[in-house]
Amino acid sequence: MFSKILVPVDLAHLGALEKALTVAADLSRHFGAALCYVGVTTSQPNEIAPTPEVYERKLKAFAHEHAPDSGHEPTACVYHSADPVADLDDILLRAIDDVGADIVVMATHLPTHLDAIMPANGAVIAKHTAASVFLVRPDVPNE
Amino acid sequence: MAKKPVPPPETPPESVGIPVPEGATNLIDTDYQIGQDNYQARPLGVSIDIHGVVFAISSLVVLGFVVLTLALPEQATAVFDGMKNWINTHATWFYLLSANVFVLLCLGLIFSPLGRIRIGGAEATPDFSRVAWFSMLFAAGMGIGLMFYGVAEPLTHFGTSLAGITVGEDGVRTDWAPLGGAAGDPEAAADLGMAATLLHWSLHPWAMYAIVALSLAIFSYNKGLPMTVRSIFYPILGERIWGWPGHVIDILAVFATLFGLATSLGYGAEQATSGLSHLFGIGGGDTTLVLLIAGITAVAVVSIVLGVDKGVRRLSEINMVLAFVLLIFVVFVGPTLLIFTGFFHNIANYLGELPFLSNPFAREDVNYSQGWTTFYWGWWISWSPFVGMFIARVSRGRSVREFLISVLLIPSTVSIFWFTAFGTTAIEQVQAGYDGAATAELPLQLFMMLGQLPLMEITSFIGIVLVIVFFITSSDSGSLVIDTITAGGKIDAPKPQRVFWGIIEGAIAIALLLGGGLAALQAVAVSAGLPFTLILLAGCYAILRGLLSEPRPGKA
Repeated sequence: MFSKILVPVDLAHLGALEKALTVAADLSRHFGAALCYVGVTTSQPNEIAPTPEVYERKLKAFAHEHAPDSGHEPTACVYHSADPVADLDDILLRAIDDVGADIVVMATHLPTHLDAIMPANGAVIAKHTAASVFLVRPDVPNE
Repeated sequence: MAKKPVPPPETPPESVGIPVPEGATNLIDTDYQIGQDNYQARPLGVSIDIHGVVFAISSLVVLGFVVLTLALPEQATAVFDGMKNWINTHATWFYLLSANVFVLLCLGLIFSPLGRIRIGGAEATPDFSRVAWFSMLFAAGMGIGLMFYGVAEPLTHFGTSLAGITVGEDGVRTDWAPLGGAAGDPEAAADLGMAATLLHWSLHPWAMYAIVALSLAIFSYNKGLPMTVRSIFYPILGERIWGWPGHVIDILAVFATLFGLATSLGYGAEQATSGLSHLFGIGGGDTTLVLLIAGITAVAVVSIVLGVDKGVRRLSEINMVLAFVLLIFVVFVGPTLLIFTGFFHNIANYLGELPFLSNPFAREDVNYSQGWTTFYWGWWISWSPFVGMFIARVSRGRSVREFLISVLLIPSTVSIFWFTAFGTTAIEQVQAGYDGAATAELPLQLFMMLGQLPLMEITSFIGIVLVIVFFITSSDSGSLVIDTITAGGKIDAPKPQRVFWGIIEGAIAIALLLGGGLAALQAVAVSAGLPFTLILLAGCYAILRGLLSEPRPGKA
């Protein structure tokens, strides 16, 4: 049903991604689909890496470590941007085309009122792509 | 998730959008991780990611400043005047001397072997085309000032030069003429007026920007430190830059940027209001001013949310086109031949007068050197963290020599042409007997000059739009830079923080205009620039150390 799964990865916030990564790996195993981890970095030093090259090495290492045992070695794609926060949606949409992904699995936050002005990245992606989008929310805290 | 114990694949996985291998650089080995001192939270669904100390101190002091200025406008005015007078009298030599140091260092680096070093590593390739790069450099550096002073400054210096020298009872000159003036000689007064204007708009300001930009770029791209002002101090302070000395440096940079920006925004608001009342008869006054700043800030916030590519870049492009149209119009409708010959004449004049105009010591033209030059140096220096960081962000892949030649000479040349066009036209009008522009208020002079040319309604309207869009782009890119500094060098901090700084900038501009007007703007610009001048001087030393430790191309 799916042959290529795109997973946006923010190496700085892996904790928040754990659930989405598990879902992506499970889907990959289930459908025998290839995984592609996409990261966005700046050409300036950032908290993950002092240069884009180091960032790319780290993302590749990450992809290698997070390979499901389905026979596919995941790929890693690095895009760079002068303003990653603002450009993320456009970059991910471009990545979907570049990679030829048919499903995107990404983490998102719980809905808030602020989404009306600044919508979640996942929401924007779903609105603008033909690929399926699987938004993974964090666990709802028990009241 | 299962982990596979196989070695990484031989063929590298696909990668898109990354520059080619960077070649040799000399990364600084530090254990500091960008953002390690940051405070991250999600109160009320709004994510924040800030450097606790830098953000808290900067924002609290600035908010306090806004509230106090609005609550006690009279006392505030007195304080501003006092600060300005003290700095004018006591620190003018320091400002002038430092500015000369920056120019000389830039020129020296152009000719030294260090000029071969490439920003981002020996094999780094530029992120932007030359044309895009130049227009961004220019739009970032001057903006509103060109609109505000394009007519006003040449005209003012022409007038004061022509009026000649007057000496007060205490033997101190009371006139505002630059150097010795040119009493009664209109031609010499025009030459001197232009040279005195160009001093403030060409080599010196761009040398200040170049120093900040080059040091940020080298320490960030070549040394791997976060793109924030404290990184420049690594050769001097070492690991201590991550502690309080670094916090103080960053906080001073935030203050300089905020107040430098607020000065420009205040000018922009004043000029847009004058233009609107001149063109449409909309009443000026504080209410219009406040509404205008609030309205423009709201648009700026939208542009901030849209991001660099969809917001500020598009607006900058619109602005470059509009500014170019206005320039071409003035050149061809105004005294065309005079402008073209004047361009070369003014360059020669400027270079000839440069040693005297930039001399820091024993100046007799106290009002000009203290009232104008010191204000400009303070203003440009307070802008330098902002413009410098912006230039640094877009300049990866250029060699130091190419970078300095481009940042120093090309914008200077465009400035000289701009001032020649607007200034010559205005001075020509005065000599032909029209004194409407010369006697008008500063913000109005541009519109009075345009009023003497055909299609006055259209050109004045373009002028107002330009001022407003420059306002938006400055506020937008300024918020981005301040956000990066207050987020410990993070470029990908959440958007609401940028929005916060955008609103703060509008608030400071309003507070300053209500609590003292243009004089207050000038006072805070020179005051905020002073401590940052010390930082820049130290930066000169650091940049040399940084460049000397880079592997040099062509050297084994």
